[in-house]
Amino acid sequence: MSDFWQNHKLSLIALAALVVIAFMTVIVVPETQQAVIIRNGDPVSVVNKFKPNQTYGRTGAGVWWRIPIIDRVEYIDKRVLPLDMQPQQVLSTDQLRLNVDAYARYRIIDPVKMVQTAGTVENVQSQLAPILSSVVRQELGRRSFASLLTAERGTTMQNIRKLLDTQAREYGAQVIDVRIKQADLPDGTPLQSAFDRMKTARQQEAATIRAQGRRNAQIIRAEADAQAAKIYADAYGKDPKFYDFYRAMQSYDVTFGSGTGSSQVIISPDNDYLRQFRGH
Amino acid sequence: MEKMGGLIERIALAMAGKRSPWGKGPSGDDDGSGEATPPPSGETPKGPRNPWLPGSGAGDEDGKRRSASIEDIFRHRGPGGPRSGGGGGFRLPQRPDGKSWFPLAIGAIAALWLVFTSSHIIGPREQGIVTTFGKYSSTLHPGFNMTFPWPLQHVDTENVSEFRIEQIPEGSDQRLMLTGDKNLVDLSYVVRWNIKDLKKFRFQLVDPADTVKEVAEAAMRASVAEESLDSIFSGAGRADTENAVKTRMQQVLDAYRSGIAIQGVQIKKTDPPSEVMDAFKDVTAAQQDAQGYINSAEGVAQQVLARAQGDAASFDKVYAQYKLAPEVTRQRLYYETMERVLSKTDKVVVEAPGVTSYLPLPEIKKRVEEAPNLVAGQ
Repeated sequence: MSDFWQNHKLSLIALAALVVIAFMTVIVVPETQQAVIIRNGDPVSVVNKFKPNQTYGRTGAGVWWRIPIIDRVEYIDKRVLPLDMQPQQVLSTDQLRLNVDAYARYRIIDPVKMVQTAGTVENVQSQLAPILSSVVRQELGRRSFASLLTAERGTTMQNIRKLLDTQAREYGAQVIDVRIKQADLPDGTPLQSAFDRMKTARQQEAATIRAQGRRNAQIIRAEADAQAAKIYADAYGKDPKFYDFYRAMQSYDVTFGSGTGSSQVIISPDNDYLRQFRGH
Repeated sequence: MEKMGGLIERIALAMAGKRSPWGKGPSGDDDGSGEATPPPSGETPKGPRNPWLPGSGAGDEDGKRRSASIEDIFRHRGPGGPRSGGGGGFRLPQRPDGKSWFPLAIGAIAALWLVFTSSHIIGPREQGIVTTFGKYSSTLHPGFNMTFPWPLQHVDTENVSEFRIEQIPEGSDQRLMLTGDKNLVDLSYVVRWNIKDLKKFRFQLVDPADTVKEVAEAAMRASVAEESLDSIFSGAGRADTENAVKTRMQQVLDAYRSGIAIQGVQIKKTDPPSEVMDAFKDVTAAQQDAQGYINSAEGVAQQVLARAQGDAASFDKVYAQYKLAPEVTRQRLYYETMERVLSKTDKVVVEAPGVTSYLPLPEIKKRVEEAPNLVAGQ
């Protein structure tokens, strides 16, 4: 070992220096990153720049080189990046409030521009976030409350995306999508009144259901009564006079015969019942 | 004991700092050349020595000092083995034939490194992405695969067919959504997804799981806002919403080129907000009540009908007999009824006319009580 070191000291040192220089020269650009090579503060080239519909394996990713010390490499994310918005209160055209939370997805398509304007992805994010808020508030504020709820369906989101995209292009970014994540009623009065409305609607529904139940019950009873009347009429209609007699007999039975209270009957001797009393 | 002695001696030497880095060790001296290391006491007065000299004894015998030569350095490296593992107190263990383990260790490490970084076993539900210096090269499929070793190539395996589950919201807290008719519903659901294109999944999105959640939330709220509260509560409306969310999510994720496939969306719970729960329960109670009213009305109706049928039937029977002998039947019925009626009542037969029309009924009652069998009148 030592003699090897003694004999090849110079070449070993040279080799080490070469390795160090190689490490300083060669850069590895992964698929997920774009590398901006900056020479004397000026971006000179971009490695693995985003191009739409690239096949992986044919992108610019891989090994690249730079001039050591002079060139600086800035790695910029090539992937789709998230942009979150602080929840915003939006006032609709009919003066109703809604808490809106949206998100955007963007990617850096011009890393050179991005490096020149914002510097880092974090800066882009912090610059775009307030723009997203204001664009969302502005666009949604032009709509009525009812259409806010279904904002996804209309052109609103497209407009917001376009507006944000125009701004984002200044930073070399492209906005892919803007979506409303949440649209809620603000706490306090609006929420409470919504609850009250739901409550009264349900109370009304309950009352209606009960009334309908009663109505149906009444109809059922009335139908039964009508049918009973028909049965009675059919039966008794055969001989109304006999019915009169027959029913009267039944009625006397119930009234005097099986009633609970004691009854006194004052009968005139002329009564038909006592006809035979007279003996003629 | 000898070994112990040697060890102590060695420690003493090391502490005295007199050992040259290339000197032979105190033990295992098997060259037998007579140049044995003198005891430390004999060496001390000699002062600083040329560290490249093999031993002090030999030098003294020669009576002169000479500079170190390569021969000196290697003199003691006979077949007995090298005594210097690189200087200082550090020595590698020796192989039986006396050669160093060092090259073997290096070789073993290199072999291990080759084996571990160039062979890859991909599980049945996994795929692996091979990158060469960061650049995508190929996708590995289940089985045994070989690549170039790290750092030339790097393999990133991922379970692609496993269904990942995102539960939204994560806790059991109430999460209210606005429906199309401006009502609020407490809704929780589960999204199942897997990876359909590992390349895109790895290289396109910063945080795929988070993206799935956000897209799900946006899609679910958009779909719920298109439905009315009642249709969300109903089973059919739920199924529609689930399908709509699934389609919507897939569209968005495809637009992001995310490589994610949504396998299903299940709505687990659709509840009214707890604040209005009582009113909703009252609706259910009202439905029960209404059914109760109808049931009891039907009971009454059955009674009424049965009674009517019974009455009519008995009338019919009697009437049939009456028709056979009207006069007699009529009179029989009359007398029988009168008998039953009058036998149970107090009877007063008044010979009209001229009898006082004032009837002291309470008086009569009293008398009846006193003499129940008394018959007033004649």
